[in-house]
Amino acid sequence: MNPVVTVFRRELASYFATPVAYVFIVIFLLLAGALTFYYGGFFERGQADLQPFFIYHPWLYLFLVPAIGMRLWAEERKSGTIELLLTLPITMWQAVLAKFLAAWAFVGIALALTFPIWITVNYLGEPDNGVIVASYLGSLLMAGAFLAIGSCLSAATRNQVVAFILTVVICFLLLMAGFPLVQGFFQSLLPQGAVDAIAGLSLYTHFIAIAKGVVDLRDLIYFALTIGVWLYATAIVIDLKKAD
Amino acid sequence: MGDLTMIETSQLTKRYGQFTAVDGISFKVQPGEVLGFLGPNGAGKSTTMKMIAGFLAPTAGSAKVCGFDVESQPIQAKRALGYLPEGAPSYGEMKPRAFLEFVADVRGMSGEQKKKRIDDVIGRLQLESVLAQSIDTLSKGFKRRVGLAQAILHDPPALILDEPTDGLDPNQKHEVRALINAMAHDKIIVISTHILEEVHAVCTRAVVIAGGKLLADATPAELEARSRYHGAVSLTAVNTGAARQALARVADIESIEIDPQDHRITAFPKKGRAIFMPISDVLKSQNIEVSELQLESGRLDEVFRSITLPEAKEASA
Repeated sequence: MNPVVTVFRRELASYFATPVAYVFIVIFLLLAGALTFYYGGFFERGQADLQPFFIYHPWLYLFLVPAIGMRLWAEERKSGTIELLLTLPITMWQAVLAKFLAAWAFVGIALALTFPIWITVNYLGEPDNGVIVASYLGSLLMAGAFLAIGSCLSAATRNQVVAFILTVVICFLLLMAGFPLVQGFFQSLLPQGAVDAIAGLSLYTHFIAIAKGVVDLRDLIYFALTIGVWLYATAIVIDLKKAD
Repeated sequence: MGDLTMIETSQLTKRYGQFTAVDGISFKVQPGEVLGFLGPNGAGKSTTMKMIAGFLAPTAGSAKVCGFDVESQPIQAKRALGYLPEGAPSYGEMKPRAFLEFVADVRGMSGEQKKKRIDDVIGRLQLESVLAQSIDTLSKGFKRRVGLAQAILHDPPALILDEPTDGLDPNQKHEVRALINAMAHDKIIVISTHILEEVHAVCTRAVVIAGGKLLADATPAELEARSRYHGAVSLTAVNTGAARQALARVADIESIEIDPQDHRITAFPKKGRAIFMPISDVLKSQNIEVSELQLESGRLDEVFRSITLPEAKEASA
C-alpha cells in the first residue's frame, strides 16, 4: 500500500479516536444551521437556493478549520512522533500531503453532513442544484486553503494555541483582502493594478465566484496554488524546525 | 561506495549557528557488533543517532546505512534501519497492534508476512497482556517495549536504539538486554546509554562522546584497562593493620589505599606488573586472614569520568 494512503488512514482514524471530532462536527452543524436560519433568513427570503447557507462559510471556517489545522504538526512535535514518522521510509512530501489530506477529508465529512439542508431546499422549491454543487466545491476548496495555512503554522510551533491564533489572523487577512472596506482603503493609496492584485489574493473573492455557480479555471488554479504553496512552506518549516 | 553491510559515518558534523553539537564523528559498525554510545547528557549522542536515522540533516560529513547514504538515498537507508527514537514516541491513541500494523503498512509489508512479523514481535516483547489498551494508558516499560517492537518489526539488518532501557525497572532492563543480545549475532546494533553496566551487559564495543567529539573507541575491556584500578587487588582483612604491614613486603606495589568506611584495602601495582599472586603468597605466609580477595579489572565509571570531564570543563568555560 502506498505510504500516503497508510498515513492518511491512520490520521483520519485518529480524529475519530477521541470525542473531539464528534464535538467538532456537532458544533459545525449547529452553527451552520443557526447562521443560515437566523442570520441568513433562509425561510424569509422565499428563494429556493442555499446562498444564506454558503455565505457564512468563510466566517464559520475562520474559527473551526484552524482548530483542526493547529494539531497537524504541533502535536507530532510535542509527542515526538514526528521523529518516528519521518524516519519511516516515507518522504517529507508524502507525510505532509497525507496529513493534510486526512484533515481535509475530515472537514469534508463535516461539510457533507450538512446534506439535510440540501434536501430541505429541494423539498421546498426547485433550486439550481448545479449552483449548489459548485458552492459545495468552493466551500471545500476554501476549507482546504485554510487547512494548508494551518498546517504550515502548526509546523512552526509546538504550541497549538499559538498555531490556532496565527492561522486565524492570516486567514482573516486573506478573507478581508477582498472586501470593499479594504479595497476602498487601498484605492486611495495604490494604483488600480495593485488594488486588483490584492483583491485577487483574497480567498473570499474566489470563493464567492465559485459559489455563484461559475466554476472558472482561474479560481480553481488559485485554490490549488494556495494549497500547494502553503504545503510546500509546511515542508520547509518542518525541515527548519526539526532540531528544536 | 561504502560497505553494504555496515553503518558508517565519516566526519559527521551538526552545527546550530555557532554551537557545534556533533563535531566530525567517524566510525564503522559491522554485523555482529553492538556499539555502545557513551557520554554525558548533551554530549551529542542523540544528535548523532538522529542524523544516521535520517531525521536531521548533517551540516557536514556523511552517514551510510548498509551502503545507502542517508542524504542521497534516504528511503533505502530508512528501509534498512530500525530506529527507536529517544523516549520511544508512539501514537498514544492507538492500541499496540494497530500501531504496529500502521508501521508495517508504511514499511510495505502485507498479508501473511505482515501478520507473522507482528505476532513475532508481540511475542518477543511480551505485549500480549496489553493489546486491548491504548498506548497512552500503558506503563513506561510497556511504552518502551512498543517502541522497540516497532523498531525490529521489519527485521532490519541495522538497528539504532536511543536509550533502549531508560526508565525500565531492573527486570525489564534485563529482558531488553537479553533481546538485544539475542539479535546481536547477525545485526548491526548501535545503542546509546549512560548506564555503564549496560556496556558490559550488551556491548562488544563502546565509543565515548563528549562535547560532540569522539574521545574513545574501544572494547569494554580495553576501556577498563585504562582505569588506574586495572590490575589492582582489593581485599578485606580481619586485621587491617597487619595486612597492611604484610603488603609492604610486596615489591611491585606502587601504592595502597584504605577505604575509611569499610577498611577495604586496595593495592595498586607498579606499571605493567602483576601483583595478585605475590599478594596472595604473602598473605598465606604471614597467616593473615582475609574475608575477601579480588583482582580488579578496572572501573568503567572512573574511566568514563577521566575521559569526559576535561571536555565538560572546556565546554562550560
